[in-house]
Amino acid sequence: MEQLKTIGRELAMGSQGGFGQSKEFLDLVKSIGESRSKAEEDRIVLSEIDILKRKLLEPDVPKRKMKEYIIRLVYIEMLGHDASFGYIHAVKMTHDDNLLLKRTGYLAVTLFLDEDHDLIILIVNTIQKDLRSDNYLVVCAALNAVCRLINEETIPAVLPQVVDLLNHGKEAVRKKAIMALHRFHRKSPSSVSHLVSNFRRKLCDSDPGVMGATLCPLFDLISEDVASYKDLVSSFVGILKQVTERKLPKSYDYHQMPAPFIQIKLLKIMALLSSGDKSASEMMYMVLGDLFRKCDSSTNIGNAILYECIRCISCIIPSPKLLEDAAEAISKFLKSDSHNLKYMGIDGLGRLIKISSDIAEQHQLAVIDCLEDPDDTLKRKTFELLYKMTKSSNVEVIVDRMIDYMISINDNHYKTEIASRCVELAEQFAPSNQWFIQIMNKVFEHAGDLVNIKVAHNLMRLIAEGFGEDDDDADNKLRLSAVESYLQIISEPKLPSLFLQVISWVLGEYGTADGKYSASYISGKLCDVADAYSSDETVKGYAVTALMKIYAFEIASGRKVDVLPECQSLIEELLASHSTDLQQRAYELQALLALDARAVESILPLDASCEDIEVDKDLSFLNGYIQQAIESGAQPYVSERERSGGMFETTDYHSQDHHEVTSHALRFEAYELPKPSVPSQASTTALVPVPEPSYYSEPHQPISTSSSVSERESSEIKLRLDGVKQKWGRPSYQSSTSASSSTPPQAANGTSTHSDGGGVASSSSSKPRSSYESKKPEIDPEKQRLAASLFGGSSSSRSDRKSSSGGGHKPAKGTANKAATVPKENPIPVPDLLDFDEPTGTSDVAATDPFKELEGLMESSSQDGGGSTDVMGLYSTDASAPVKTTTSVDSLLSELSDSSRGTYHQSQTTKGPNSKEALEKDALIRQMGVNPTSQNPTLFKDLLG
Amino acid sequence: MDRLMSLCVPSLDLRKHRSLIDSLEIQSCYLLSEHSCLASGFGSIHFVLLVSRQGKVRLTKWYSPYTQKERSKVIRELSGVILNRGPKLCNFVEWRGYKVVYKRYASLYFCMCIDAEDNELEVLEIIHHYVEILDRYFGSVCELDLIFNFHKAYYILDELLIAGEIQESSKKTVARIISAQDQMVEAAKEEAGSISYIIAQAS
Repeated sequence: MEQLKTIGRELAMGSQGGFGQSKEFLDLVKSIGESRSKAEEDRIVLSEIDILKRKLLEPDVPKRKMKEYIIRLVYIEMLGHDASFGYIHAVKMTHDDNLLLKRTGYLAVTLFLDEDHDLIILIVNTIQKDLRSDNYLVVCAALNAVCRLINEETIPAVLPQVVDLLNHGKEAVRKKAIMALHRFHRKSPSSVSHLVSNFRRKLCDSDPGVMGATLCPLFDLISEDVASYKDLVSSFVGILKQVTERKLPKSYDYHQMPAPFIQIKLLKIMALLSSGDKSASEMMYMVLGDLFRKCDSSTNIGNAILYECIRCISCIIPSPKLLEDAAEAISKFLKSDSHNLKYMGIDGLGRLIKISSDIAEQHQLAVIDCLEDPDDTLKRKTFELLYKMTKSSNVEVIVDRMIDYMISINDNHYKTEIASRCVELAEQFAPSNQWFIQIMNKVFEHAGDLVNIKVAHNLMRLIAEGFGEDDDDADNKLRLSAVESYLQIISEPKLPSLFLQVISWVLGEYGTADGKYSASYISGKLCDVADAYSSDETVKGYAVTALMKIYAFEIASGRKVDVLPECQSLIEELLASHSTDLQQRAYELQALLALDARAVESILPLDASCEDIEVDKDLSFLNGYIQQAIESGAQPYVSERERSGGMFETTDYHSQDHHEVTSHALRFEAYELPKPSVPSQASTTALVPVPEPSYYSEPHQPISTSSSVSERESSEIKLRLDGVKQKWGRPSYQSSTSASSSTPPQAANGTSTHSDGGGVASSSSSKPRSSYESKKPEIDPEKQRLAASLFGGSSSSRSDRKSSSGGGHKPAKGTANKAATVPKENPIPVPDLLDFDEPTGTSDVAATDPFKELEGLMESSSQDGGGSTDVMGLYSTDASAPVKTTTSVDSLLSELSDSSRGTYHQSQTTKGPNSKEALEKDALIRQMGVNPTSQNPTLFKDLLG
Repeated sequence: MDRLMSLCVPSLDLRKHRSLIDSLEIQSCYLLSEHSCLASGFGSIHFVLLVSRQGKVRLTKWYSPYTQKERSKVIRELSGVILNRGPKLCNFVEWRGYKVVYKRYASLYFCMCIDAEDNELEVLEIIHHYVEILDRYFGSVCELDLIFNFHKAYYILDELLIAGEIQESSKKTVARIISAQDQMVEAAKEEAGSISYIIAQAS
């Protein structure tokens, strides 16, 4: 009876339109939701684990119950606890015939298991069976699992079926099959290399969605091997053109953009294909220009496409017009109030700067603002930009800034990165040796242990080799300044180990070279180091070797060596060290001290660290000895190759053996096939040599045949692709296909001309800065100075720049106006509406957000008499930030916001019926014993509307 | 107070669609909707993470292999970084050489981890796309829906992303396949609701 009751309650729960789980599960979720601390949560989860362990062991658990247990397991695992005791039940559930249970099972295993888990082998068979199912939902569920769980070893087990599914009637299945193949390709390219042509073929699938999915694997394939896909350029351009012309059904639209995700993917592929290829680039000029005109920069997705266009342009060989468009888009990004767009703008700038280096100059103040922004992400991106635009004229400012920032952060990962960038820039552009050594010291001091050990070795090499010029004097100065700075730093406490190694090495090598410091002084310092960092064996080793060098140089130059008492005690201590390395060094040092000058000089010559040590690989000095041995009757040496050559037959046996073994490794084929139906299927797919059991033993033959087939196929593909094109729209693109023959040599020339533009910019940097500063009194002089030092203060008449930028805006306004009118026609509100509560994120209860939004609206409109910029403030993420200047951009945006205001009201009126739904939800929540702390905001907003 | 908030969360404040009283109606609507489907791809996503403002995990999906220990660490680290970010800052954070794109809806943060070279704005839109689909499915979705129906959120995510790539960018198609699956749930429920089933269970 009791049980009946519970079932009744469960059913009631279900029929409430509620959450369809049992009371126990709801209680679990609720109690975890109510737990105040992580410890309490852990306690609840642990007791739940106990319960589940017990329940899972009960015999004859009803399947519906089992399904819920598994969902509870998923929940536990999601919270970060180990649910491995129940994995096997999830695996069992995938075997169930009921699709509902099967789907739950698959969901659970894809969440629980990684591809290398032992239980995978138990699922492979089920997957094989499900892939053959008549129900496409079963097939989809199985394909989901394939994409997650199949590893390199098990690919052959499902590959034939997945390939068959490429021609399945349902587009959802075809899509997933492509994604599965894509995944196989990523896991083990060789396993599907013979199937690659299928991707090309699927590009002309009758369903455009499948075509879209095919772009994923094609992107990978093309990035691996650009040359063999050049023929597809015109097809991709054609597809993109049709997408932008809204030839695809309207259901592909996202926020009024036609199929934006496909557009972005196509742009990525096109960037790959025409990088450095002039003729391919030219093919896409038109469509890219169209995109710049068509993209609605008031929506996020429009900006995403614009950004992708900028990226594409930075890869291809662009026309001047496109560069202009890209620069304009970037300046719009940078002028935006949104941090996201600024970020993208900085990123775009960093890409375009490679092509035309003067583009950054008009945005110098925006860049400085981003550099000083409190937002860390933006700051880092700006540093990346600075890194890209560093030249010898601004290296000092940039590296100083970088080091300041490096010191201020705690994030080790980024610290490492920025440190290595500092080092790289310093090595490349250092204005003076002095400065270089200083910078390196700072980097080592503050990020010492994070720096790659190579950097330290590089530094030592640089000091030893000098800066490449044949100027011994300069090199000596460099070394001296290094020694001096190190002697200063060495007494500071807690230096990073790597830095100490460098210091020890340099002091040992060059400490006494100049004669400025005495051997005893340097060796005293070295002993101090070894003493102070006695737990660090590497540093000690470096110190002892440095000591050895110093004494060696002393002895070699004929001076008398008196070993300091602390040094003597150090040697004695190390002679008994547990570290064999240290012990060895100590013994060597001791032995060296007893040698005469001539011997010492040949062991450790002065400043010979750069000289190559000649290694006689043939050991020719042993020839005499060998001769002697052979004469006295020894067997001559037979090399390994000769030996194996002599015993050819046996090795052959061996390799065959090997072959046998691999083919026995794993069998995925069922023990007996009821019907040999596979071969007939294979003939319909034409391309796919279905691997029979003999798959492993003779892999060469099928591959070779398939490749020949694929070649033929690929030539046919173009024709068929054209047919598909026409399915979607007018065959207008065909003009572009004719231009497929390319002229690569020209393209190569193009890259070289674009690659260096740095010279132009650096020449302009020498112009005086004062005129620039005087003309801009309203901007912080500090910032200007920084800008001037960063960008070379090209004061090439500000008015000039202004006029050019003003001119740039006019067309922009035109397009934006056009864009603004589009939303009016459409009842769907602009997407920004959805982010309502984000701007006010004052870490308050989110429930109050709608109110704040409204308040903000009222306030701002009362301040400025309803100026159009205020409505803009409502949508932009910072309502509080006043718009400083009213340039043409602002008015443009205000027009936009006007139109979106219209849609805003519209959308509110359509919300009406939702209040009922919200009420219901609210009631349900209360029913479940949870009292809302404040009014349900959904409810509220609906009522307001 | 705090603990209640975690459960009783406000609506995710999404665009409202037609009035859809319950999921049954959604199904029929979507079943009737004409053919549409669109898939596309881009650089892969390493994981998807939903965390509440209190740092409670609402959903995790890992497309690259991470051990349970690493997962906890990732969640701890990221929620530390993301939850403390101010409202006006970028929706992106650089993290261990990757980029994490996040977006806040009411008290829930949707995070996706991508390669440093990916298009952040696009991923931001994928998040939004996912939320719109959820909204459509649950009918003005709120955190509570996701807490109790996290498995459904998983199913929907599986239709949207596969192995870290977007496979489906049409809301309608996702909704269609999910509703097809849900219909079987309804069928199963009816079966379970029948008297004979209750008796069979009780005895």
